[in-house]
Amino acid sequence: MAKLTFKTDRCKGCGLCVNACPKKLLQLAPDKINKKGHHPAEITDQDACVGCAACAMMCPDCVIKVER
Amino acid sequence: MAVVFDKPHALADMPMHYCPGCTHGIIHRLVAEVIDELGIEGRTIGIAPVGCSVMAYDYFNCDMIEAAHGRAPAVATGVKRADPDKHVVFTYQGDGDLASIGMAETVHAAARNENITVIFVNNAIYGMTGGQMAPTSLPGQVTQTSPYGRDTKHCGFPIRVCEMLSELEGPEYLERVTVNSVANIRKAKKAIKKAFQNQLDGKGFSLVEVVSTCPTNWGMTPQDALKWLEENMLPYYPLGVYKDRSAEEGDK
Repeated sequence: MAKLTFKTDRCKGCGLCVNACPKKLLQLAPDKINKKGHHPAEITDQDACVGCAACAMMCPDCVIKVER
Repeated sequence: MAVVFDKPHALADMPMHYCPGCTHGIIHRLVAEVIDELGIEGRTIGIAPVGCSVMAYDYFNCDMIEAAHGRAPAVATGVKRADPDKHVVFTYQGDGDLASIGMAETVHAAARNENITVIFVNNAIYGMTGGQMAPTSLPGQVTQTSPYGRDTKHCGFPIRVCEMLSELEGPEYLERVTVNSVANIRKAKKAIKKAFQNQLDGKGFSLVEVVSTCPTNWGMTPQDALKWLEENMLPYYPLGVYKDRSAEEGDK
């Protein structure tokens, strides 16, 4: 059981985390816009996340906090 | 639940101005993680360059100094020599800063084996000024000032900084890494940690070149930029350790 927390307003929507996730659990929220005007990253299935932190390692803006 | 990943303490809690997908953010974080792990935040002084990372002084919680364009290794020399036992000094420079206007300072700091750590971010283009050709732009690379691709007959060839400095007797440690994947990010962190540890051990000039991207000025998405880096930059700038004097002497 792992938990991801996103600093949504820091996200620039670059999508590097989406590509880094080995289980393809992340997406750029198609129906949300953050303060910067980007579609922020979000997790689609929290229960399937194993907390490998690959997304957080690729994120240039320290948006993602990973707990396990 | 235990926290397995969060922002390092040495990285300031403020939004960075870098473009979406710019790998500067990853490299900043790696430097901050190393500062945390070595427990040296209170005695570290960073020297910021001119270029995209000109505002690096806002992003680290350690003390920072802004140097004139290219002169970071010279400023670092002064800071380090003022109190060599106390200060841990690193410079954070791009390719326009380190390999162009600051080439003399870089080469001479390396030749003197100045006991400093240099983080060199090579993205093969001038980012801040709008994507002009840099000394590290690849042959044939399209930039604002080489719209038909870099013509080596007219503009010469890109400089491989690690290879060039490895011919000097001076430097202690030179390694080229990249941050295009999680595996390579781990390797990059290991290299940066070694570069700081060398300074703490009094070994001398350590430079880590990080092959990096510029999605905005390359005109690509961040994902395509990482792919372009792997296909085009890594063949010209091969990863690896170019000099590790302690290891070489240990072998003898």
